[in-house]
Amino acid sequence: MSVEILLPAMSPTMTEGNVAKWNFNEGDKVAPGDVLAEIETDKATMELETDEEGVLGKILVAEGSEGIAVGTLIAVILEDGEDASVLDGITATVAAPASEPPVMETTEAAPVPELSAPVAAIPVESDLPEGTTFTNMTVREALRDAMAEEMRIDKDVFVMGEEVAEYQGAYKVTQNLLQEFGEERVIDTPITEHGFAGLAVGAAMAGLKPVVEFMTFNFAMQAIDQIINSAAKTNYMSGGQIRCPMVFRGPNGAASRVGAQHSQNYASWYAHVPGLIVVAPYSAADCKGLLKAAIKNPNPVIFLENEITYGYSFDVPDIEDYTVPIGKAKVVREGADVTLVSYSIGVKFALDAAEKLAAEGVDAEVIDLRTIRPLDMDTIIESVKKTNRVVCVEEGWATCSVSSEISARLMEDAFDYLDAPVMRVTNEDVPMPYAANLEKLAVVSDDLIVAAAKQVCYKQGE
Amino acid sequence: MAKKPTTRKTTKSGKPAARRKAVKSNVPAASDADLIKYYKDMLMMRRFEEKAGQMYGMGLIGGFCHLYIGQEAVVTGIQAELKDGDSILTSYRDHAHMLACGIDPKVILAELTGRETGISKGKGGSMHMFSVEHGFFGGHGIVGAQVPIGAGLAFAHKYRKNDNVSVTYFGDGAVNQGQVYESFNMARLWNLPVIFVIENNQYAMGTSIARSSSEVELFRRGESFKIEGEMIDGMDVLAVREAAARAVAKCRKGEGPVLLEMKTYRYRGHSMSDPAKYRSKEEVSKMRAEFDPIDQVKNRILEGNIMSEDELKAIDKEIKAVVSEAADFAQISAEPDPSELYTDVLVAE
Repeated sequence: MSVEILLPAMSPTMTEGNVAKWNFNEGDKVAPGDVLAEIETDKATMELETDEEGVLGKILVAEGSEGIAVGTLIAVILEDGEDASVLDGITATVAAPASEPPVMETTEAAPVPELSAPVAAIPVESDLPEGTTFTNMTVREALRDAMAEEMRIDKDVFVMGEEVAEYQGAYKVTQNLLQEFGEERVIDTPITEHGFAGLAVGAAMAGLKPVVEFMTFNFAMQAIDQIINSAAKTNYMSGGQIRCPMVFRGPNGAASRVGAQHSQNYASWYAHVPGLIVVAPYSAADCKGLLKAAIKNPNPVIFLENEITYGYSFDVPDIEDYTVPIGKAKVVREGADVTLVSYSIGVKFALDAAEKLAAEGVDAEVIDLRTIRPLDMDTIIESVKKTNRVVCVEEGWATCSVSSEISARLMEDAFDYLDAPVMRVTNEDVPMPYAANLEKLAVVSDDLIVAAAKQVCYKQGE
Repeated sequence: MAKKPTTRKTTKSGKPAARRKAVKSNVPAASDADLIKYYKDMLMMRRFEEKAGQMYGMGLIGGFCHLYIGQEAVVTGIQAELKDGDSILTSYRDHAHMLACGIDPKVILAELTGRETGISKGKGGSMHMFSVEHGFFGGHGIVGAQVPIGAGLAFAHKYRKNDNVSVTYFGDGAVNQGQVYESFNMARLWNLPVIFVIENNQYAMGTSIARSSSEVELFRRGESFKIEGEMIDGMDVLAVREAAARAVAKCRKGEGPVLLEMKTYRYRGHSMSDPAKYRSKEEVSKMRAEFDPIDQVKNRILEGNIMSEDELKAIDKEIKAVVSEAADFAQISAEPDPSELYTDVLVAE
């Protein structure tokens, strides 16, 4: 009985990988524990071990192959004495799961977003000089480049956090910074969020410009006193004497299958606090331009990233010292019938929904807030004047959310332009469940957005 | 509760030699000019705080107001060993630290009364005052939160490769906050030039150290982080100064951090609203009568025939006049303009 070797998923969000190296040739004997191959993802290189004894019968995906989907048949091991003829006709196909797990019936049609789809919905680029050229890169690379550029410009900028230096970043966002800038400016901390956040605040008060990476913002709750009581308020309390020019950054929101304690969106928490700037971009260009702007900014900036989007690729303008202004939202898709307002990965859901709506004859405009505090209500209201309908989209809880804030401000400032109540399409009001089906039900989806958009356009049921 | 403050030491290796035996502090002689300076400085703190207490009672100062009376020798002795560029920060009991840094009493008292001439433009209050110019980084209202920030100031000194130090003051209440130990760990790991000064006044608000701490010898709290600790008689400015000199020298050479536990005592309650019923009047009286930091220096001055009783009285009079002038300033200054409500939330780019 031959054994099929499939490309394994090595992290919750891994969807594809590269076969960097085969350690055995076809015909070699292998034993349990042997490292067959090295599999490279955008985050790390991992060893693929076998737990079978036999002969490596056939390698189906050659060394150096890139972008191989998880689950692809990459090799076959023959058991001792097995005839190689069983290998005839086998190719590198993606194996279908043996059986789909049964899906619980729900009262509504279950919205099932492909959360891990590595395809980015591409926003419109409109506000750049003519003739601008672009380089396609991932969000991860754009963030790294932003930090590297600012560190080259300003010696006071340094990066600290857990695993940022020697490990190259838990999510590989700080890749190669240690190599370029050395251990004095790229600093591995102990697992001590409250402590290193406070230490960085002190360094910022002394005039340095720390970029503090939280491995995820879930862990920043340990440090939230320093962020709010020390970083956000001191400029005010000191009558403008003591500044905190610093950035707290890291992934925020749900990743995939990591459960309730690792899947929370903190945008509205920080957006609540005067003295903080809160940025949550979606595209790689905005991630680069806004992170650079955040590092240059003399205030404490909360920079919310998203793990799922780290691997998304976008065109980033080849403009020297490219920055994006803080506090400016962006219309990323123009439309006439309804405005979808979102930020971070919610923009992807909104853009996907806009495509589906277009097929149904609804022309949706999509706004990427990019900055959560200060909120660019002007851009939203300009859009409302045109569409008269708003759906807020947020990968996070609804209660006291950014969406709630936008809804309230539209009531106050744009009531006369509204032809329908503002809707909020958000995650369900529950801690994030682990089970795959429940998680899909808990997280906002393009289908929910489509339904809400049709509702405010009074096209329900059409 | 109150015992005579003693001086003890723990070594970097954690050898608890001093745990068994109290070591008499080896206080070096001070120059006449030094003694007079410490007398003046501490008396200024005492009179300032008394005035603040009075003004609080008159309703001129609002909110919380924590007085330093009794603890003057600690900040005075440490400040004597600092130089330009060093950084200082402490908790909300911060008025005297500011005076020690050379900040004008007028702008401190005007901050306490919430006036536009206050050092934070009236927007910080008693607990939130700062002066970059004087290297004073607050004034922090959350117990223990200044400790990692102080480590961060030290980090900045190291990053900039200067030989300045950060003096991070906190109380015996703060020593049970987790972030203090997170800071100890990083400070030792990175050899930061920080002097952690525990001002052990023996009561964390109303809870005595014995009721709050499993290890009451706070100078030993750095042992598992390989931070040398020393317990000092914090009522004796010369003992404090001598310990500070050694600690500062170490930090300037890159051999920090250092932990100093200052055994001290506050005569007043935790804040103005605290009647301090958790300790006996006798305890307070005994401390005042036998260990008062200002009296100790005064006696040295008189015994050494450095100044006469009359000359000291003249100093007292001068200081009273300065404080009185500050009090007037703090009352006649205008309240902040309403437009100040919206300034300094963010720094304009």
